[in-house]
Amino acid sequence: VTGLKRGGAAVVGAAESDLGHVAEGMNVIDLMAQGIARAADDAGLKLRDIDGLICATAQSRTSGLSLSEYLGISPRYIDTTILGGSSFMFHVAHAVAALQLGLCDIAAIAYGSTQRSVGRRQASVREVNPYETPYRPFLPSTAYALAASRHMHEFGTTREQLAAVAVAARQWALLNPVAWEKKPLTIEEVLSARMVSYPFTVRDICLVTDGGGAIILTTPERAKDLKKPPIYVLGCGQAITHANISSMPELTVTGALESGKQAYAMARLKPSDIDVVEVYDAFTINTILFLEDLGFCPKGEGGHFVEGGRVAPGGALPVNTNGGGLSYCHPGMYGLFLLIEAVRQLRGECGARQVPNAKTAVAHGNGGVLSSQSTVILGTAATV
Amino acid sequence: MRLRNRRSPRMAESPLAIYQAHLDKGELAYQWSPEAGRAVFYPRLVCPYSGSTVLEWRIASGRGTVYATTVTHPQQGAPYNVALIDCDEGFRLMSRVEDIDPMAVRIGMRVKFRVHSAEGDEPAYPVFVPAEGRQ
Repeated sequence: VTGLKRGGAAVVGAAESDLGHVAEGMNVIDLMAQGIARAADDAGLKLRDIDGLICATAQSRTSGLSLSEYLGISPRYIDTTILGGSSFMFHVAHAVAALQLGLCDIAAIAYGSTQRSVGRRQASVREVNPYETPYRPFLPSTAYALAASRHMHEFGTTREQLAAVAVAARQWALLNPVAWEKKPLTIEEVLSARMVSYPFTVRDICLVTDGGGAIILTTPERAKDLKKPPIYVLGCGQAITHANISSMPELTVTGALESGKQAYAMARLKPSDIDVVEVYDAFTINTILFLEDLGFCPKGEGGHFVEGGRVAPGGALPVNTNGGGLSYCHPGMYGLFLLIEAVRQLRGECGARQVPNAKTAVAHGNGGVLSSQSTVILGTAATV
Repeated sequence: MRLRNRRSPRMAESPLAIYQAHLDKGELAYQWSPEAGRAVFYPRLVCPYSGSTVLEWRIASGRGTVYATTVTHPQQGAPYNVALIDCDEGFRLMSRVEDIDPMAVRIGMRVKFRVHSAEGDEPAYPVFVPAEGRQ
């Protein structure tokens, strides 16, 4: 994004709130506040230090107000941009801008969801669209299934290749102590699971969990004397192509092509320079589309690329190392967790799933029905 | 009264109401943007390709091609088709292909429009059926 400085801000704190199925009566502001408190502790900062507050949730209309009140802060900079699951990558770009301009010194980005506890219908009220609703699309699954149908038609992508994405995610999840799923998964099990929207079975589709968290960003100067090694924002990019799937220009090419291009240009890096890849896997087709559009393989070859464990633990390219939205956690707007995992990988905090010597990571967010795409490239001090 | 005259003219009918009235007559209506030289769908007040507010209504031939297709399996009830249809006039819409096993709907298949009539509170909407022969 033009105007943003490479390395102009650093992530200094990152934490999940409670995940999975949270205690009865917990609300989204509880989870956001818990995430911020944990992230501040991770950074060695006090709540009072936070003067920039950025948040998004599907379950509170004015979460910026509620969260400020709850935390007892009156932020100088506040932003509640909401564009679906990618919101938090947009937030990172906004935080970098705000920090660069001196609008705030310490910015927290927070998320919370209790969609498992309260039910998806309660958590995310569907808007009626007179041009789509009559056909009873089961959204978002139906929309992503339409994209998958096009990918299969144009490139010969198979259901087994889609399933390979779910299996790799599960293998990573088994290395992550806080992942929701605890049992191994085979390609056969993915294919024979309950069909939801062809070609997707329930195993091609992300989890429905509660969860939240926060990351904290500050200026490079301030970042230096905090508790953890700073992880720098090297690149940001964003693209919005549509809102409804019937208006997506081309179902096999996402806005990640553009957002990735912008982020790589700002970071002065190319796909082969990236050590860890975290992409928004709400559906198995997503991983394939984003690996293509972010340049890790040519367009149309994503299905072949994910075969044979290439993106699984021990494979050539570490992708979705926390187990992803498919097997670790997916509270509805998953993007923040990609950023948290990327930061932890770059700090070397990931234990059994740690990618050795990771210096650069891409965290790519997706929102709506492939509608909003935002890419963030992060790096260690060695990359700045 | 002076205040009232200063107001910009109010639209007598919404794009949706016009579209729906055509459907009630058995017609699939879409908009044409003279400035952009292309079809616009869904109906709206501003052309997304040119920014022009001049949009003409046209009636589609009702012929189209399946662009993407899926079969959605509800928790209860029979699986049903959801498809994106590229109409010959150059616009795309979400719809359903009927009169055929939903799994037999294929990308590239030629289809033709028919009205799913209004039922109760639910207004009429366009669906498609396989077109006979080659077109």
